[in-house]
Amino acid sequence: MKAFLMAVVALIVISAAANFALNNAGFSSAGMTSNSNVRLSD
Amino acid sequence: MTFLRILLPLIFLVSFTGLTVAQDTVGDTAVTAPGHQTLEDILARQRGEDVPFGAEVPLPQTGNGGPEAGQLGTLGGASDSELWREIRADASTAVVASNSGPAAKVLMQEGGMWWLDFRHGPLLNYGSLLLGATILLLAVFFLIRGRIKIEHGRAGVTIERFKWIERFGHWLIAGSFILLGLTGLIQLAGRKLLIPYVGHEAFASFAVVGKWVHNNVAWAFMLGLVMVFVMWIAHNLPDRTDINWLLKGGGIFGKGHPPAKKFNAGQKLIFWAVIVLGTSISVSGLSLLFPFEITMFGPTFAKLNDLGIPQLLGFGPIEASLTPQEEMQYAQLWHSIVSFVLMAVIIAHIYIGSVGMEGAFEAMGSGDVDLEWAREHHSIWADEVVSEQNKASGDKQPAE
Repeated sequence: MKAFLMAVVALIVISAAANFALNNAGFSSAGMTSNSNVRLSD
Repeated sequence: MTFLRILLPLIFLVSFTGLTVAQDTVGDTAVTAPGHQTLEDILARQRGEDVPFGAEVPLPQTGNGGPEAGQLGTLGGASDSELWREIRADASTAVVASNSGPAAKVLMQEGGMWWLDFRHGPLLNYGSLLLGATILLLAVFFLIRGRIKIEHGRAGVTIERFKWIERFGHWLIAGSFILLGLTGLIQLAGRKLLIPYVGHEAFASFAVVGKWVHNNVAWAFMLGLVMVFVMWIAHNLPDRTDINWLLKGGGIFGKGHPPAKKFNAGQKLIFWAVIVLGTSISVSGLSLLFPFEITMFGPTFAKLNDLGIPQLLGFGPIEASLTPQEEMQYAQLWHSIVSFVLMAVIIAHIYIGSVGMEGAFEAMGSGDVDLEWAREHHSIWADEVVSEQNKASGDKQPAE
């Protein structure tokens, strides 16, 4: 079952990495429908 | 003084009369205004009938304020219902947005109601029915057929069926698909099925975590999909043995199993279902993950119209000129429908790979299967492996 456990670890790592990459890619659905004149947070 | 006593009540009464007349006048104008809709029109639309909107009513100039008499705000004496009717009829002049993103000016969308109704109704009902019927059929099958045993008992010798990397790819796609399926169902059916039991606050946590998992685990699923495709495509191309296997129903009922290579026809069907449906789910998922970036349906509908397929089926051409939000609505429905179908396929796959068949799970557990199991279910492949092993061991024998 080592393959299964490694797949679970990979799944967690890929998900965390995807989240980090997407958050830093400058793309968000909120950002897509906005521009500099719109304040989304703060 | 007597004169004043008579005059003041008279002035008072006359002022009321004037006000009443003014109200009647405003009311009459509203009723007879061009494009005005009646209560019956509104009720008919709520019943789903197609009642066209009337002629556009010019809006009063905002910013200038209304006339002093009867002023109710920046729109003056105009009714807000007129403004909302314009917005509902997608009169773009009524809405000003500070950004130029797709669908930024869409505040109300008449076309979205069918999507909402379909999502809450048939999609959920038929999807649940499909999954429920699949589980029920498998339970009935299990009661009738029982567990498919290794007919001649275990040989006690194992051969390698899947390498480590193959099992890794399988579990990557399997684990991610189960997570995606569960979180997808929470997103789709949570309001209807979970909120009544767990409440709004608990469901909100479910939904937030579920969305995070769904959006990010999707990448593991896509990686697993690519791995499985690359590793197993060569073994899953159709050949002549598949016809015989299918004609004999895979030997599910009765004794004996038709010969098969590494993957039998049933497994090939599951493989192609995973590849084709999984790819379709991935593309529609990417379309949802990156809103308005991927347009799948407008060009597809146009292509279908060009090929004349809807016309062949007796329908008129499909509307191919879709608004940005309609693209997203179709992507969401397609994503869900195809996912339901793949979930049903995978439930059957999990059944046969676990409780349904003795010795099957070992293929993905340890990677090694019993030789007798391999001979019964994949006889051609088993013979190849054994002959290769014999050849390899013969090569290792020292020359005398």
